[in-house]
Amino acid sequence: MTTVPLFAHSDLDAVFAWSAEGPVSVGDYLADARWLAEQLPATGYLLNLCHDRYRFAVGFAAGLLRGMTSLQPSSQSAETFRRLQAEYAGLVCLCDGAADTLDLPRLDFPETPTVNRKNRPKTKSAIPEFPADHLAAILFTSGSTGLPQAQRKTWGKLVANGRAEAIALGLDRQPHAIVGTVPVQHSYGFESTFLLALHGGCAFWAGKPFYPQDIAGALAAVPQPRLLVTTPFHLSALLSAEIELPPVDLLLSATAPLSTTLAAQAEARTGAPMLEIYGSTESGQLASRRTTAGATWTLLPGVRLEQDGDDTVACAGHVEGRVALSDRIELLPDQRFLLHGRHADLINIAGKRTSLTYLNHQLGAVPGVVDGAFFLPDEEGPDGITRLTAFVVAPGLTARQVTVELRQRIDAIFLPRPLVLVDSLPRNSTGKLPRGDLQALYAEKVSHGRG
Amino acid sequence: MSEAISPEIIEALLPEVAELIVTALNLDVPPADIQPDAPLFGDGLGLDSIDVLEIALVISKKYGFQLKSDNEDNLRIFSSLRALSAHIASQRAK
Repeated sequence: MTTVPLFAHSDLDAVFAWSAEGPVSVGDYLADARWLAEQLPATGYLLNLCHDRYRFAVGFAAGLLRGMTSLQPSSQSAETFRRLQAEYAGLVCLCDGAADTLDLPRLDFPETPTVNRKNRPKTKSAIPEFPADHLAAILFTSGSTGLPQAQRKTWGKLVANGRAEAIALGLDRQPHAIVGTVPVQHSYGFESTFLLALHGGCAFWAGKPFYPQDIAGALAAVPQPRLLVTTPFHLSALLSAEIELPPVDLLLSATAPLSTTLAAQAEARTGAPMLEIYGSTESGQLASRRTTAGATWTLLPGVRLEQDGDDTVACAGHVEGRVALSDRIELLPDQRFLLHGRHADLINIAGKRTSLTYLNHQLGAVPGVVDGAFFLPDEEGPDGITRLTAFVVAPGLTARQVTVELRQRIDAIFLPRPLVLVDSLPRNSTGKLPRGDLQALYAEKVSHGRG
Repeated sequence: MSEAISPEIIEALLPEVAELIVTALNLDVPPADIQPDAPLFGDGLGLDSIDVLEIALVISKKYGFQLKSDNEDNLRIFSSLRALSAHIASQRAK
């Protein structure tokens, strides 16, 4: 049986994480994980809801020590929790905040007794190893039908994922202190803060800074070299804030396309290379590029792309099985490729995905709605978030009434802004709605009306 | 410091902050329709964290201070139009 160690760090006195209270060593981390493991059941599923990146990390390792699987849903709605409860018997929540977890079995992250750390392990032989084929985590995607799809990740593949990214970013040669603005449970944050630290031998900031001033504070709290793991949206807000930024050595972005303008602005402001990651929850991260150096992406070590008709399939390396990608891709020699946009029906707003088919179905199901269609306008600002518009035929209802009904059915980020009531939709003779006609309707009803 | 802000000052700030939210987010709602004590998230205006960052940016430019999320403050500040206006009144530098 092949086993793989919990982390790549070999010095147990090295810093593993930075928190507001100061540094936590690799040995402290092991001691905390062993102590928490004693309070978890022997098998089953751990719904790790900790906001604090360090507590999440302790929970994850404690779960592995107990042979558990980490569940990482993309939302924390009551509906999601009910579905997980029905599907994953023996699930336990681990929380470090006031999350409403219904009646699920729950463990609130206990105050870590410092006494455990006194006997913390001192030698490398204490680093635990886990079977490569152990089902370590299940991440969820929304799926085009709107139902969560489980993406199963084995421990061996997760480790390979962290190592491949560390090599691609050069962190294997020069570990950085990682500050992330993204949640640790979702695939990008999970891979680029947690796995990257674990298997790139890096330390990370335990918090999740949100406002520009928080990000500056978190960066200042960790030593150089520093890596900021963020999104185009957080980055754009950070640069617009015109505050003093501590030195940063590397910038990383994902979840939405980064414009070359913002990338160039970020590099000019910080002097750090601005890298982008391409991937999906299904496949894990697949490639990286320096945005200002051109449109070409380079695959992470070990990963392969194959063309299968109109689809491109990711496989090999840390990819689980064969994963069809939702983007149109042009393969180039030397492990390189170009992205040519998403397949038309799929939309991605601030990293959350759904399909127009699903949204239109939900809209049509609202009582009183006769006809309706969602429309995603062409990108307005390259790094602003483009919101959806909806055109709705609903005699007797107000736009607000329809919106209130929709809020029960779809994620808030997909709510139309604006929702426009119309007498009829410009359907053609086959009942289809050509995008050009919706675009014209949008120009008439929405964009012309803006001051 | 925030204790020194009178309810009248906060009340007077409400229309201005409502206008700022509607403009910053391009909302389809007249500013006067935003209820001062209704939640801005969820069943109220249905704002999300992206909106919060957008509003924070406009606030920092207009009122000259940076928002910081110390613990649960973030949720409290954005719990309603009145709470947000009270926070601005207590922190504003211009």
